[in-house]
Amino acid sequence: MKIVVCVKTNPDLQMVRIKNREPVLEAVPYRVGDLDKNAIEVAIQLRDAAGEGTVVALSVAEANRKIKETLKEVLAMGADEAVVVADPALESADPGAVAVAIAKAVRQSGGCDLLLLGEGSSDNYSGQVGSRTAELLGLPQIGYARKITAGGAGIQVERSMDDVIETLEAPLPAVVTVVSEINEPRIPSLMNIMKAGKKPVTEYTLADLGLDRAAVGPQRHILSNLAEEQDRKRIMLQGGAAEQAEALANALIKEGVLER
Amino acid sequence: MADILIYSEKRDTARELTYRAKEFAGALGLGVSAVAFGPTSGEVAAELGAHGADTVYVSEDPALDGLQTDVVAEALAQVVRAAGATCVLVGSTRRGKELASRLAQKLGAGCVTDVSSMAVEDGALVAGRYAFGGNTVARETVTTAVKVFAVMPKTFEIGEPTAGAGAVVTPSLALTPSAVKVVDRRPKEGQAVDLAAAARIVGMGRGFGRREDIALGEQLAAALKAEIGATKGLADFQWVSEDRVIGLSGAKTSPELYVAVGISGQIQHTVGISSAKLIVAVNKDKDAPIFRLADYGIVGDLYVVVPALIEKLKAS
Repeated sequence: MKIVVCVKTNPDLQMVRIKNREPVLEAVPYRVGDLDKNAIEVAIQLRDAAGEGTVVALSVAEANRKIKETLKEVLAMGADEAVVVADPALESADPGAVAVAIAKAVRQSGGCDLLLLGEGSSDNYSGQVGSRTAELLGLPQIGYARKITAGGAGIQVERSMDDVIETLEAPLPAVVTVVSEINEPRIPSLMNIMKAGKKPVTEYTLADLGLDRAAVGPQRHILSNLAEEQDRKRIMLQGGAAEQAEALANALIKEGVLER
Repeated sequence: MADILIYSEKRDTARELTYRAKEFAGALGLGVSAVAFGPTSGEVAAELGAHGADTVYVSEDPALDGLQTDVVAEALAQVVRAAGATCVLVGSTRRGKELASRLAQKLGAGCVTDVSSMAVEDGALVAGRYAFGGNTVARETVTTAVKVFAVMPKTFEIGEPTAGAGAVVTPSLALTPSAVKVVDRRPKEGQAVDLAAAARIVGMGRGFGRREDIALGEQLAAALKAEIGATKGLADFQWVSEDRVIGLSGAKTSPELYVAVGISGQIQHTVGISSAKLIVAVNKDKDAPIFRLADYGIVGDLYVVVPALIEKLKAS
């Protein structure tokens, strides 16, 4: 079984600061998406349970440099090889453009039995790329998987929807997105980190995939992207615990927020 | 006339989107149509007509049973083309988000998911959604000929129904059943609380050191007649159930009162409380970011402050 797992390099959002309502991304480190690691982990487990197969990590970005460390990390976790689509035209690409690049790269690299993604990226979290890629490849899809088992010609997936748990069956090939509760991604050993550098990485540009700039053109326009303004009183209650508690109880009564 | 087309598998969400779409459509010079699938589609069509849909497209095609994304997206794409719709609003549930994206791809359309605000500005629909993990709100337009938006449930008021009824149309759809089959479907456990509707919430975070200490937060909640909420961290420890989580990966709340106890104020949590009328924070770290969001702040040990507060509340 050949499993392709999409991974995205994201800015570490815990490190993003806000200055004059604008997010400051300078000096913010980049890391593999959390859900992408869950997807890699389940791919490795499926491969190892089957006793055969290949796990390919696939990443799409505007430049190679940003994804190198990301790919090294997932290769160290246990992916067998990596495919990269790097092209300046993919800077700030829309989900539609990313899906086009992924679908083409999957086809160019010989197709796959299972395409896995996180249900959303850590930064934009649009959750569109899995669905769009499934449509482009003409494949059935199952989103929000919390358990995947392979057997026979297909897969059985338990998925977590807003208010129900569904168990579904699908033939392969198929596209599946995963939620964080599916597993606890492994931390690679030092030995595997050393070995990761020797694993094969195939690189494509958009031209290599027969795509031009128009094929990955923008579909949305961002008018603004600012932190929300919060207008709060910011009254700090002073004194010992008893005084603070009394001041707060009085304030809550005065504000009229207690049930009368 | 080109239309705004509404679909959600959740009836309340479909009504809410239809009601508000009427206003957008008025400003944009468009009509409103809606779509209902499955055995209840006749009933839903009447509801959506009363909420402002000029036309409701219904289908009970058996290929739609189980609402698999590939088939529902194909059905909607066929309706969009037949109706000449230029804008599609779908409820941003998990199912809806998945659907909106596949539909958009079929239509060559740009799509915005998890929309939490929407307005017509300069003749275009502008959608707001949280970006950068909730650090910011991006305001976006879609620039393709057909536009798809997945709007979070409860973004708008449902509005009162009118006596009006839309035309009900049964389009002829050419659908193939999905290769995906439903083996089992069961309700999630612990989905009893609806924090989005709670008037008062006591939120607990990692300042609570042990599982047993959660009881202290529960006592405060009882004294305030409040619901219990928590950060994702406490649910990860399984100290509270998932449905108690507030924030980016949980409920978006808008209570009269939110009391954040032992919560540092990471953005992933605070996006879920920013609409609270009044925010109170108790934290031992005077530099905790939660205090910048708070109307009233207490720097102190929650194990001392909370019992004192419970006592005062009982006395008053």
